[in-house]
Amino acid sequence: MSHLSLSYEVSGEDFTHAGEASSQVKKTLKRLGYSPDIIRRIAIAMYEAEINMVIHANGGTAEVEIYPERVEIVLQDEGPGIPDIEKAMSEGFSTAPDNVRSLGFGAGMGLPNIKKYADDLNIETEIGKGTKILLTFNVA
Amino acid sequence: MQIKEIISLLECDVICGEEQLELDLHTACGSDMMSDVLAYVKEQSVLLTGLVNPQVVRTADMMDMRCIVFVRGKEPDEDIVELAQERGIALLKTRYRMFTACGRLYANGLQGGCEGK
Repeated sequence: MSHLSLSYEVSGEDFTHAGEASSQVKKTLKRLGYSPDIIRRIAIAMYEAEINMVIHANGGTAEVEIYPERVEIVLQDEGPGIPDIEKAMSEGFSTAPDNVRSLGFGAGMGLPNIKKYADDLNIETEIGKGTKILLTFNVA
Repeated sequence: MQIKEIISLLECDVICGEEQLELDLHTACGSDMMSDVLAYVKEQSVLLTGLVNPQVVRTADMMDMRCIVFVRGKEPDEDIVELAQERGIALLKTRYRMFTACGRLYANGLQGGCEGK
């Protein structure tokens, strides 16, 4: 199988469509024949990251690189940045507004879930500039 | 447990997915917080929730869940139903509250599917 690149714009306007990019990636991985467990890990991590961009950063972009032995996902936004990554990584810590909680998110599980499912998680963030998250999954 | 048994135990209305009533499911999860649902990667097949928005269907889809039960008589709108139909997920609704709905299914053999069963 050759290398496949996918690119998505994640709109920050509409919470209804958040998760569409992750859904497309999941479909593609299924078509390529990856195992259901690996697909689920990737889909969940990307979905949480996508939701985060919509909640906190008014959307952004997602670039997905699919290789036979690994999948890399870069999610980039121009949001407010993460002031304290250590805090943001702890389960239950959330800065999401109440309206987000009423939608079923903002329980402070997003980044912890992402960390749990990705084989590698790298976060670059700058206050007032934005956040770039690189997720790597070993799929071989 | 087949979907039709869930329907009978919880006196559900079927919103969509009539063609899946014979589908056999073994594990379930009940939550209004989608991140809690996403915190366990193990296969779970049924989602019970009091939350009604499209992210419920997307969460179920990411988790490979086959059936969503809306508790407390919650009614999903057309967008939610359409999304579920596209993804082959059956939607049911029950008048029972979360605790009772989960309890009735658990008592009849449906498992949690995560640590602690």
